[in-house]
Amino acid sequence: MNNSFLRVSIWVYLVIFFLYLLGPLVIMSVTAFNSSAFPRMTPWECLTFQWFGELFQDQRILNGIKNSLIIGAGTVVLSVAMGLAGALMLTQIWPKLRATYYTIIIAPILIPGVVLGISTLVFWDRINRMLGLGADSVLSNGIFLTVIGQSTFIASYCMLVLVARLQRYDVALTEAALDLGATHAQAFRKILLPFMRPAIASAAVLAFLASFENYNTTTFTFGEYPTLTIELAQKVRYGITPAISALAFIIVALTVFFALLNEAKLKRQELVAAARKKATVEELAGKIKLPSFFAGNMAAVLLVVFAVATITVVGTATAYNPGQCIANVKEQKRLEAEQRIQELRKQREEQRKKREAEEAQQGGAQQSAPKPSNNSGFGNVFAPNTLGGDTEEESSEPETPPSNNGGFGGAFDPNSLQTDQ
Amino acid sequence: MSAGVGVDLENLWIRFGDFVAVRDANVNINGGDFFSFLGPSGCGKTTILRAVSGFLDPSEGRVLIGGNDMRGIGPNKRPTALIFQNLALFPLMKVWENITFSMEIKGASASQRRKRADELLDMIALPGQGDKLPSELSGGQRQRVAIARALCAEPDVLLLDEPLSALDLKLRQHMRTELREIQQRVGITFIYITHDQGEALTMSDNIAVMRAGVIDQIADGKTIYNDPNTAFAASFVGENNVFRGKIKQVMGNEAMIATNRSGDLVARISTANQGKLQEGDDAMLFIRPEAFSIAADGATGDHFVTARVTHEEFEGNVYNIFTEGEGGKEIKVSLPNLGQSFEDHTGQNITLEYETRNAVLVPAGELAAE
Ligand SMILES: Nc1ncnc2c1ncn2[C@@H]1O[C@H](COP(=O)(O)OP(=O)(O)O)[C@@H](O)[C@H]1O
Ligand SMILES: [Mg+2]
Repeated sequence: MNNSFLRVSIWVYLVIFFLYLLGPLVIMSVTAFNSSAFPRMTPWECLTFQWFGELFQDQRILNGIKNSLIIGAGTVVLSVAMGLAGALMLTQIWPKLRATYYTIIIAPILIPGVVLGISTLVFWDRINRMLGLGADSVLSNGIFLTVIGQSTFIASYCMLVLVARLQRYDVALTEAALDLGATHAQAFRKILLPFMRPAIASAAVLAFLASFENYNTTTFTFGEYPTLTIELAQKVRYGITPAISALAFIIVALTVFFALLNEAKLKRQELVAAARKKATVEELAGKIKLPSFFAGNMAAVLLVVFAVATITVVGTATAYNPGQCIANVKEQKRLEAEQRIQELRKQREEQRKKREAEEAQQGGAQQSAPKPSNNSGFGNVFAPNTLGGDTEEESSEPETPPSNNGGFGGAFDPNSLQTDQ
Repeated sequence: MSAGVGVDLENLWIRFGDFVAVRDANVNINGGDFFSFLGPSGCGKTTILRAVSGFLDPSEGRVLIGGNDMRGIGPNKRPTALIFQNLALFPLMKVWENITFSMEIKGASASQRRKRADELLDMIALPGQGDKLPSELSGGQRQRVAIARALCAEPDVLLLDEPLSALDLKLRQHMRTELREIQQRVGITFIYITHDQGEALTMSDNIAVMRAGVIDQIADGKTIYNDPNTAFAASFVGENNVFRGKIKQVMGNEAMIATNRSGDLVARISTANQGKLQEGDDAMLFIRPEAFSIAADGATGDHFVTARVTHEEFEGNVYNIFTEGEGGKEIKVSLPNLGQSFEDHTGQNITLEYETRNAVLVPAGELAAE
């Protein structure tokens, strides 16, 4: 009994844990497909792909992505190179100095990104001036500064990853290569680098992701090359649209895709290795029998499902036209609004009649309509949008967003309301 | 080339800080020889090999290969190939790529490499295994791949660092013969390192016995076994029974020592010590287990030992008798099994006899750890 209680609580915990982890992502992804102009899941209006189209027409976002990619590539190259050099030093340096060296090289991880950003800016500005270069020199270029600034700490991450692998390297392998006539450069290139390749790949991915999502450091160094995170932050300042949800969805989808791809590849290598171990000499001498890509490889199956789903969605998206639905919703809203207006008119009529009656009784009272309670704050109580939501076609004046979006209170983006028309 | 390239160590010292790993080694290795360094673990064998292959610079002295001083010449420029203690096969390369790595360095084409790899794989009796990874081979197979990889570089001198230590007994014995055959076929100088005296004795033309950085003796296997220079060499190479005492009398190439327990014993003075041992010196007398025979009860003299039997064992080819010896050590006697009947002597006194020429006398010194 105790045991089953434990099991149930573990499951409950897991569910809560994953809800906590993935809930926001799921909700954000769903809002990317809702035609409502403000990113939200309920009320569900129409399935639409318009936000993706909008996303890819937003020059600032596209430019941000481009800058992020350029800076990410630069950071990967610089960080992995510096990380590898650091890792090689660390594993070969004098044992007495190792602890000190390690601490120094790890320190950037502990320093706040903001500090790194400011110091990068100040440092290179000083150098720039010392060299007597102008404000348009390479040393004050936003891409250069951002790559340098991010690499100061991303290189440390890379080094940690690389050291872990390097510690398992047998120096005798390099010696064997030298002994067989290789130069130091050849031994490095043909023996050590291939051994490090998986770790270098991990470090590169890590470096790219760290660079891509970085804000703290970049915000000081980007100059004229705002990255995606910078652009997003600036956008959110003026309001948020489902186009940002669409971007989030794309990122989530790509992440899932690459995670599955990686998993499938690893699993496949494992299976191949196992098969080769089992294979007899004759089999190997003849043709190696690879297991089919899918056998016992859950990740591969998922990957294919995922790919098919993606193709389906994209296919649907190109063919799908939510115009009818949106028109329906619009019509419905209009009807609702009309109905409401009728009701209000009726109410008013009644009130007027009542008042007239009262006036008739009391004589000559003032003419003023009391505001309905749910329309507080707005002069125009007949505005249909306050009743039916906020589709762009119908509203041209500010509105209060629904209470569940309180975090962005007043941050409604007027631009996004117009772009689609 | 037919005579092979020799290796000479001249007054070689190697220090790590204050620690002396190799002390004044002088060795002449003839071209084409199978030469072994034999010594217990940690005595400096690998260190010598690394100095020859170029990974370590001598603190003092010289390493000559083919008469040329190797100072300042890196491992990739020396005509040596080293087989590492742990083999150090490249784990990510296939067997054939491993074997022909030295050709890849020189820019040989893949088809040339494959061809050579196939030849070498045939030679090491692993035909058709070139496409496996080293991790997919057994220990003995990996061993042979390492040899093939070294031979592919066509070295003048092949250096082997305890290459058989990781193998099981059967394979070890098989590989001994195989290594010796390969050496004779390719005709180059082999320098072989081992702590296993059986390996050294069966394969080598000459052996250097090492103890804690010092070379005690250099000679062929028979000489080392029958005529050791030092107490260490006598006790390390093969099984030996030791008797300690002071020299009572020197009689030409023979001498008599006075032992505590077994009375006076006579033995031949080992060749290197003839003329050096004086009366009154502390000395050690060594008699091999197989050099004893059982004498009639009560026989006495300077080549008889009487002791109480503690236990006996039957080993198949020999029958072993253990008796109380000196300083808590046992005396081991091995009688060849020639079909005779063995009676149990346990608990009884037994008289053992040896021939003087089969007992060897050396100055007292450090014994090899058991
Ligand atoms: N790089 C080194 N630094 C310090 N001491 C070393 C080094 N290499 C070997 N030694 C020491 O030298 C001695 C001989 O080592 P080695 O030649 O490896 O012995 P072995 O005979 O077992 O091959 C050992 O005591 C070892 O601790
Ligand atoms: Mg060693």
